[in-house]
Amino acid sequence: MSTFLQKFFYGGIHPDDRKVSKESAIQEAPLFPTYTVPLSMHIGAPAKPVVKPGETVLKGQLLAEAGGFVSAPIHSPTSGKVGPIASCVGPMGNLIPCFTITSDGNDTAAEPMPALDPKESSPADLKKRVGDAGIVGMGGASFPTLVKLSPNKPVDTLILNGVECEPGLTADHRLMLEDPETILAGATACATILGVKNVYVGIEANKPDAIAKMQSLASKYGVQVCELRVRYPQGAEKQLIYAVTGRKVPTGGLPMDVGCVVSNVGSCAAIGEAVLQGKPLYERVTTVTGRPVVNPSNWRLRVGTTYGQAIALAGGVSEDPAKIISGGPMMGFTVYSLDVPIMKNTSGILLLGPEELHQFEYHPCIRCGRCNDHCPMQLMPATLGTTAENARYDLAEAWNATDCIECGCCSYVCPSHRPLVQFIRRAKADIMTRRRAAAAAAKAAAAPKPEPKPEAPKPADAPKPEAK
Amino acid sequence: MSETQVKLPDTNKLVISSSPHIHEPNSSVPRIMKLVLLALLPASLASIWVFGLRALWLILVTTVSAVAIEALCNRVMKQKLTIGDCSAAVTGLLLALNLPPMVPTWVCIVGAAFAIILGKMVYGGLGYNPFNPALVGRIVLLLALPTIMTHWTKPVVPKTPTYVASAKLEENASDAAKTAQAEVKKEAEDKKQGGFLQHFTWTREADAKTQATPLAIQKQAPVQGVNKGYVVTSATPNKPFIQTNYTCMDLFLGNIPGSIGETSKLAILIGGLFLLVLGLIRWQVPVFYIGTVAVISAIAHAVSPEAYSPALVEILSGGLFFGAFFMATDMVTSPLTKTGAIIFAIGCGVINSVIRLWGSYPEGVTFSILLMNALTPLIDKCTAGRPFGALPHKKEAK
Repeated sequence: MSTFLQKFFYGGIHPDDRKVSKESAIQEAPLFPTYTVPLSMHIGAPAKPVVKPGETVLKGQLLAEAGGFVSAPIHSPTSGKVGPIASCVGPMGNLIPCFTITSDGNDTAAEPMPALDPKESSPADLKKRVGDAGIVGMGGASFPTLVKLSPNKPVDTLILNGVECEPGLTADHRLMLEDPETILAGATACATILGVKNVYVGIEANKPDAIAKMQSLASKYGVQVCELRVRYPQGAEKQLIYAVTGRKVPTGGLPMDVGCVVSNVGSCAAIGEAVLQGKPLYERVTTVTGRPVVNPSNWRLRVGTTYGQAIALAGGVSEDPAKIISGGPMMGFTVYSLDVPIMKNTSGILLLGPEELHQFEYHPCIRCGRCNDHCPMQLMPATLGTTAENARYDLAEAWNATDCIECGCCSYVCPSHRPLVQFIRRAKADIMTRRRAAAAAAKAAAAPKPEPKPEAPKPADAPKPEAK
Repeated sequence: MSETQVKLPDTNKLVISSSPHIHEPNSSVPRIMKLVLLALLPASLASIWVFGLRALWLILVTTVSAVAIEALCNRVMKQKLTIGDCSAAVTGLLLALNLPPMVPTWVCIVGAAFAIILGKMVYGGLGYNPFNPALVGRIVLLLALPTIMTHWTKPVVPKTPTYVASAKLEENASDAAKTAQAEVKKEAEDKKQGGFLQHFTWTREADAKTQATPLAIQKQAPVQGVNKGYVVTSATPNKPFIQTNYTCMDLFLGNIPGSIGETSKLAILIGGLFLLVLGLIRWQVPVFYIGTVAVISAIAHAVSPEAYSPALVEILSGGLFFGAFFMATDMVTSPLTKTGAIIFAIGCGVINSVIRLWGSYPEGVTFSILLMNALTPLIDKCTAGRPFGALPHKKEAK
């Protein structure tokens, strides 16, 4: 076992991992009559439709092309007829434009893109393939992988994120057990694109089977497996880079600032499929789990499958859940509709029973310092929470609110049940708005000025938060 | 399984909230406070063992009045009732354990009122108070009623037989020591005759024997010699009360005069270790507080053994253990950061030693903690960690 770099990052928590579905092999979902395919399943510009309503498409056919550099194309999950562009509820509760694909029942696949060799093909070809296949970060952030693989700084290390530190989720774990070669082929392709020699796979020590599996293939693919301490948020990019390489991503910086690129194992598997089979990204492995779920299990679901369909696949629920969470319990989003579609970044659907519902009245901070001890970014959540609670976002900025990665450890441990990370999010949103306004004002001032522009808003003018 | 048999979630029952959606089990303010109360149980029991049911009476009166006064404040301030968080009970109990055994009952109530009102509620309640409320109550009493608050009485427990046995070994002890031992022996026999009834002194005894605390003795006349951990105090003709001697074991077990809760270091250690194991207090605070006092006392003793007691006697005397484990570790009034906790504890230790060795008060625990409480916000600000990945000297570059 390669435990050579078990660095401890600061803070973190160790919640009950709830990974009840880790023994459940990935199952193929049946074909559904319709799929709701959102046009924006990534960070950045929404994709631009290239098919018209009423048109017939094949499985894997391009539905929409990338709408900019930071964007990703979208492909049809099955063969059938394209409906009019409508809107559907996204995981974050907002309405997003979507295609409705009515299946013709044949599931005819389009001609796949030609297969490439992850090691021998030219980096440019491989890079184009990653872009064409619509690969995005499948761990949650859904950042277009093509952008990630185009660093404008020298990079020497690729890290595969197989940590899966969110309680309950087992999709990446199963994928590493069942399809490690595709993951590693995708990783090889990424390494070829980036021209890096060092490829690491970071896996938490609570997945010994996955570590053993990856280890058995490590020499074949020239990767190093790092067994990591079981500690949430081990899978957070900055914490993972530190644990594996000992490098600290500078404040406000990106992994490439320390010569690293981090990619989720799910994304790597998608890249592997795109490279080896020419298959675009239109399906992913998702965990459907939680106490109310009858059969917590892992499914290969096509993009556009609704949450309701996914929950039905897992046997439905034994009791009405109190929460349906897109993602894990620490950073996931609650949804209020069963019609929310599975997107490229839906790593799990977690249901919480009524008895697991944690609703608290919060109390003043008793300054116990636990948030401080558990903050992986070494911030002072207690102080940040108090400043943000009092709408002193200027002070929150001075206490480095923008460095918060919103992992939620502070809220998790707070004995006063203070919504600390929620306070900090509000502060961050305000700070970002203000910074953007300042930047716009500076831009306007730099432009040939017809008349003096107003100054950037002062901290004291910060808008008051809405009434509680 | 057909589609109709599958039960789907009822979306009307769904709750929408911001992450995280789970919370650490068994973590709440009332639970912390209840655990602190539990941790104070050994010290409370020891106080009853040492000072009899009088101690129990003080504990009950002070704790109940603290809770009642907080409820009254809530009513007057038109707040929600906050006594459920048990912090008022903790404040009351801490104050009670810091009182001399023979204070009148009204002093307990006045002290509890000052602790709760002046120490906590005027600032807005739990979490907003800059000073430890129990110590605010105690300091008000100490400054306003110095005679009552320094009226120390002898413990009701007789000296242990082991003590008498060890005393026999002191063949070459000074005359003063021999006299003292003889007195202790005689007294022990008296107590034995009094039997267990000694504990049942509910009311203020008019004839309760006044006795100076070890610290007061050291202040009046320093320790003359230490043999085998045997503390012999000088008996000077003009200071007739300085005729008691305590072994370090006495100081440790608590069979000495003092505030009711502070005497038994053993009981405090049991409670303190309980809190440490549960992670409710930072180990840095007691270790660095007591450590600093030990180091300063050791230096002082090394420089002038006639003037200053040895370190072990110094740390086992007075309320240092109680302060270090239960007062300086108060969450609300001590720094948030680990580094801050160390600075805070060292500051407490230095102030405490300065007051004890060169100040006019025999004891400095209360003052030291309150003074450092005042510095807590500053310490927090200075010890706030740089964020993970912060660039060196980024702030200076701005």
